[in-house]
Amino acid sequence: MPKMNLSHFEAAFLFSVLVSVVLGVVTKNTDRDRLHYGVYTFVCFLLALFGIGWLMYLGHG
Amino acid sequence: METVPACRGTSPNCYTQRNPMAKEKTEEKAEKEPVSIRVWAPAVALGWLVPGGGHLLLKRTGRGVLLLAAITTMFLCGLMMRGTMFTPQGDDLLTVLINWGGWVGNVASGILYLMSVWLGYAQPDVAGAVHDYGTKFLVTAGLLNLLAIADAFEIARGRKS
Repeated sequence: MPKMNLSHFEAAFLFSVLVSVVLGVVTKNTDRDRLHYGVYTFVCFLLALFGIGWLMYLGHG
Repeated sequence: METVPACRGTSPNCYTQRNPMAKEKTEEKAEKEPVSIRVWAPAVALGWLVPGGGHLLLKRTGRGVLLLAAITTMFLCGLMMRGTMFTPQGDDLLTVLINWGGWVGNVASGILYLMSVWLGYAQPDVAGAVHDYGTKFLVTAGLLNLLAIADAFEIARGRKS
């Protein structure tokens, strides 16, 4: 099996996409709501990713 | 304007028509009635074995395929990042919790976990960010499959569409 070398950002991005798809599929009752919730969780993941990333960068000094 | 015919009989329909509260109670009672294990067990079992399999069995093809693709991709990425599989062991409470919890997460992936173990995947726990991400991907794939199983259970019981 090939080995995969991802950066922190790439791994977190991939994680966000896949988890958002599953959360979108299993939580809501209509396709429209599922799509909205999937996009919403993905955006939340990205905001947390960049927010915490900048927080660590600035906190590190 | 639609008129409701006068209800003079003693059938349950007449009774609930005259007493809306009784109708609500009847519906609540129907919701609380136990559903046979034969209704939901096949969907739950197949959902564990094959990610999204419960949805496919219940004719939710689109959702089933999405779950299958997302969970399998996550598991395969974990393998390609050389993540570690947990084994149930440990001495102190924290180690026991981590190892048993991780093992449950791994086993929840169903056939993906079984195949990787049967085919000899045994990555030792080594230091490194990519390996660590891989371990998390493997456990998360199983946890996402648990969510999919719970959703299939709800659909099979008729609580969700």
